[in-house]
Amino acid sequence: MAKTETILELQHVYKYFDDFTALDDINFTLDQGKFYSFLGPSGSGKTTILRTVSGLILADKGKVLFDGQDITNLPAEKRKVNTVFQNYALFPHLNVFDNVAFGLRLKKMAKSEIDDRVVAVLKVIQMDGYENRMISELSGGQQQRVAIARAIVNEPRLLLLDESLSALDQKLRQQMQYELRSLQQRLGITFLFVTHDQEEALAMSDEILVMNDGKIQQSGTPVDIYDEPINHFVANFIGASNIVPGVMVRDYEVAFVGKTFECADAGMRPNEKVEVVLRPEDIDVTTPEQGKLVVHVDSQLFRGDHFEINSHDEDGNQWLIYATNSIEDKDKVGLSFTPNALHVMRFNEDEADFDARLSQYEEGDNAD
Amino acid sequence: MKKVTTLTKTNRLPYFSLYFLWIGLFVIAPVALIVYQSFFGIDHSLTLSNYRTYLSSSVYLRMTFNSFWFAFLITVLTLAISYPTAYFLTKLEHRQLWILLIILPTWINLLLKAYAFIGIFSQSGSVNNFLTFIGVGPQQLLFTNTSFILVAAYIQIPFMILPIYNSLVDIDPAIINASHDLGANNFQTLWRVIFPMSINGVRSGVQAVFIPSLSLFMITRLIGGNKVITLGTAIEEHFMTTMNWGMGSTIGVVLIIIMFITMALTAGGRKGKAKS
Repeated sequence: MAKTETILELQHVYKYFDDFTALDDINFTLDQGKFYSFLGPSGSGKTTILRTVSGLILADKGKVLFDGQDITNLPAEKRKVNTVFQNYALFPHLNVFDNVAFGLRLKKMAKSEIDDRVVAVLKVIQMDGYENRMISELSGGQQQRVAIARAIVNEPRLLLLDESLSALDQKLRQQMQYELRSLQQRLGITFLFVTHDQEEALAMSDEILVMNDGKIQQSGTPVDIYDEPINHFVANFIGASNIVPGVMVRDYEVAFVGKTFECADAGMRPNEKVEVVLRPEDIDVTTPEQGKLVVHVDSQLFRGDHFEINSHDEDGNQWLIYATNSIEDKDKVGLSFTPNALHVMRFNEDEADFDARLSQYEEGDNAD
Repeated sequence: MKKVTTLTKTNRLPYFSLYFLWIGLFVIAPVALIVYQSFFGIDHSLTLSNYRTYLSSSVYLRMTFNSFWFAFLITVLTLAISYPTAYFLTKLEHRQLWILLIILPTWINLLLKAYAFIGIFSQSGSVNNFLTFIGVGPQQLLFTNTSFILVAAYIQIPFMILPIYNSLVDIDPAIINASHDLGANNFQTLWRVIFPMSINGVRSGVQAVFIPSLSLFMITRLIGGNKVITLGTAIEEHFMTTMNWGMGSTIGVVLIIIMFITMALTAGGRKGKAKS
C-alpha cells in the first residue's frame, strides 16, 4: 500500500454562536485521496465544520492544519480548498463558461490556458457544448455539474461538498452518487462531503464521521459504523435498528427479554447494563418453537423488495423485521438470529475506549 | 372548460375602462395636447418654426446641453453616495428602521425642503456661520451650480438608494461565499459579483433620478437662482412669462423624446453577455 499522507487536521476545534456551542472539541485527520462524509442531523455542526475548513467562518479555539501548515485564521480566498455549495450558488449573471473560469481569472492565468482548462473540465462533467448557456437555462442536475466543475477546475487538494445532492430528485441523486464517487477516484482529490442522508454517506464514503450536538460521535468505514455503532444515537441514525435494554452477563453472553443469548461482544464488566442492537434485516422469521424470541405481529407493509413487519414481544419491546415473505399466523412468530447479529453498546463509552476494547477482543477471532 | 371564476372578456371590461379612462385623460391627452401646441407659432399660425428655432438656436441647444450636463452630474453624485450607502445598509442589523429614515424625507414637501436649504445656505445661514467660525469667512453658496447640484442630489438620493438596496438584499449570501471560496477578495467580489448582480437596481435608480433631473425647475429657480438655466426653467419661462406656449410645448416634446431615449438606453436586457 502507498503511504497515506495527511492533508487536513483539526485539533481541539471549538466554535460558539452566542451561547450555542456549535463545535465542541473537534479532532480529526483526513488523508490524501479519500472520500469522507460528515453525517448528522441538521444542527449537528457538520456544516459549521465544513465552513471552518473552507475559511468562511473561523474557529474560536483550536487549530486547523492544512498540509501541515496552520491555516486557522487564513481567510477563505487564500485557502487551497474549494466548495460545492448547497443549492450550488452559481453566478446568475455569468454563463457556464464564465462561472467555471471565475477562479482561474482571479489567478491571472493566461487566456489560452483558461480556455483549455474550462473546456477540459466541462468534458469531465459531460457538459461540453454548454459553454454559452446561462445558469437559469440549466436543469438542477446540470447546475450541480457546473458547480462541481467550477470547484475542481481550480485543482484543489481538498474539495468540500455541502449537502450537494439534497436539491436533486431521488433518481438523479442516486446517479450523481455514482458519478461523484467515480469522479473522486479519477481525480484523486480528497472529498469531504456533508450530508444528513445516511444512504448517501454509506454508498459513497471511504470513511464516515457521524456528528451530533457539535461532537463527532463515531468515525470509521461505512461497514464498521453500520455493524458496530458506538451508541444509541449512531445506531438509530444510521439504518433502521431494534435497540433493547439488556445486561452483559459475562464476555460473549448478553441477557435481554429475560433470556441469555450468545453474542460477539466482550470486554465489559460482568452484569453491566447495556443496550443491544439488532438490525431488522438480520432477523429471520421461524416457528415459535425454533425461535429465540417469540413475538406478536402488529402490522406488516409490503415495501416491494421486502415486507416490513412491526411486532412486539411479551415485555412490550418493539421489533422491526425485514422479511422476504409475509407472515400468515400473526399471533405467535419465532425470531431467530446469529450471535454475530447482536451488537452490544455500553452507555457513555467514548470513541477511543470503544476502539481499544474492540481491537482487544477482535484480535483472536478474525472469522468474519 | 375552466369552472374557476376567471376574468372573462366581458366582466373584465369595467375594470379596464377605468384604467384606460385614467391613462387617456391624464397621460395620452396631455401629451397629445403638448404635441399639438408645439406646431403653433406665437401668432397662433400652424407652423414648424418652433422646431426650426429650437434646432438652429445656440441658446436652446446650450440649454439642452446644460440640462443634460446637470442631470448627469446629479445622477453621478447621487449614485456615488447611494451605492455605498445601500451596500452598508444591507450589512446593518435594524435595516427596516434605517430604510424608514431614508424614506422619511420624501414625505416632506419638496418646496419646504428647498426653503430649508435657502436658510442653511444663506449669507447668515448655518453653513456660513460655521465657515466664519473656522476663519474661512462667509461665502456665496446660494445661487451657485454646486449648491444646485448638491440640493438636487439630496432630494433624489432616496429614489436611488431604494432600488439598489432591493437588488442588493436579493443576492443570496451563498453566492458571495462562493466568490470568496474561489479566491476573490472583498474588492474583487464587489466588482465581479455584487455590482453586476445589482446592475438592475442601478438602472432603475438612474432612470428614477436622471429623467426627473432633466426637467427640474423649482430647485433650479430657488437654489440655482437665474444662473442655472435648463429646459425645465425654459418651459416655465415660456408658459408663465413670455406666454409663448408653442415654444414651451416644443421644448416639452423634446424632453419627452429624451426621456424615451433614456429609458431605452437604461432598460438593458436581462440576459448576460455571451462570450466564446
